[in-house]
Amino acid sequence: MINKQSNVYTIVYITVLVIVVGAALAFTSMSLKDRQNENAQADKKSQILQSVHISTTRATVIADFEKYITKQLVVNTKGEEISGVEAFGIDVAAEAKKPADQRQLPVYVCQLPDAGTKYILPLAGMGLWGPIWGYVSFDDDGSTIYGAFFDHQGETPGLGAEITKPAFTDQFPGRQLFKNGNFYPIEVVKKGQKPLNPDVDFVDGISGGTITSKGVGSMFDNCLQPYRAWLETLAAAHVSGADGNAQPLTADDKTTFSRQLTAEDVVTAEPGEKVSAAATIAE
Amino acid sequence: MAEKINNRQIFFNPFSKDNPVIVQVLGICSCLAVTAKLEPAIVMGISVIAVLAFSNVIISLIRNTIPTNIRIIVQLVVVAALVIIVNQLLLAYAYDVSKQLSVFIGLIITNCILMGRLEAFAMGNKPWPSFLDGVGNGIGYAIILIIVGFFRELLGSGTLLGFQVIPQCAYDAGYANNGLMILPPMALIVVACIIWVHRSRNKDLQEK
Repeated sequence: MINKQSNVYTIVYITVLVIVVGAALAFTSMSLKDRQNENAQADKKSQILQSVHISTTRATVIADFEKYITKQLVVNTKGEEISGVEAFGIDVAAEAKKPADQRQLPVYVCQLPDAGTKYILPLAGMGLWGPIWGYVSFDDDGSTIYGAFFDHQGETPGLGAEITKPAFTDQFPGRQLFKNGNFYPIEVVKKGQKPLNPDVDFVDGISGGTITSKGVGSMFDNCLQPYRAWLETLAAAHVSGADGNAQPLTADDKTTFSRQLTAEDVVTAEPGEKVSAAATIAE
Repeated sequence: MAEKINNRQIFFNPFSKDNPVIVQVLGICSCLAVTAKLEPAIVMGISVIAVLAFSNVIISLIRNTIPTNIRIIVQLVVVAALVIIVNQLLLAYAYDVSKQLSVFIGLIITNCILMGRLEAFAMGNKPWPSFLDGVGNGIGYAIILIIVGFFRELLGSGTLLGFQVIPQCAYDAGYANNGLMILPPMALIVVACIIWVHRSRNKDLQEK
């Protein structure tokens, strides 16, 4: 008869148990991995579509995504397209932590039957308790917001978590990024207050969810600043195609309107200093 | 014959007389967290039934081999493994629900009902009664969760399982959803009401 209280028995017992349990878990994880990834991707697609006001179900999301999202491209901070990278596979949260000039910036081009071409840009930032992220869609003038979608991992229900609700997201459509030739990503301010600079378009934050609201504001700033050059070329194309149909840019257009952004521009620029080459496209 | 009656008691007692939530007052924390809507309450109930039944059986099968000085660790390892498997299954087959339940599935492991049943029952009984005990207690827990979820979703959102139940004409006539029902405190108050009703119906539960 084995002595069940001996140390040797205890150690052998727990070792065997842990190995058996570990093997079982590894097997479960491996056999379900594909399905889980599919679900995560379908979820991401449905989030992207929600930023252009399309709600889908799990059954139709993949078909809808292919129907509406006609093109995916990746740009850099100079506004140039990077080839050979798949936009959908880019980890936006990781990109947002890099210096601006090293980022790969995904763009989803969306064709809506009734509202024309929209451009969807991903956002990622930090709330109070954990990551927040979202997608914001623009009209083809590169400035007017068409829709926004936010989600979070663990913000406080009823407070920070309200950023996902229509009461917050419905404030975004119609806001402008470019005003008088300057580029100002949206600011989030306390209800009733206005930003110091009257040119900056703003939305009201959530009472009691101040840190999450501020997180949304800095997420816009951090994630959209690098797109500036690309949005400028988009705006320029919109202006040159007078009837509203955006024309493909020629190389000349690009050099006229886009300006090389450096990491310093994005990180240190004060609101007053943002007056820049963007002014050339104002008229 | 005697054993059969015994099994029946093991299975049915947790439904009412020995209910883990409203009599033993265990597992209250998850009761607040997942009952704002009916659907997560049902999924949480099913998950707890599954984890409780299988962990009871596994512990009961190996109960004679477990060294007493590490028995709690062994129980924890078994429960934790089962919880992770349930979480993985939900991620694969019910992604939206798993997003909604998020951390609460992981927190099944801290549900007092589990450790309570393992320590009090599975360590001293054969697998079959242990299985019945696990399913019985899981159902007892799930019933309360579903009742609470039913009232909170109906009164808080006017829906059941996401379908609009309260007709539009009621809203037109001035009815409004009670926002307080969505917040955690109302879960406690609803549970307290259930306990009240239950105790007034079962006189033998009342303390002298």
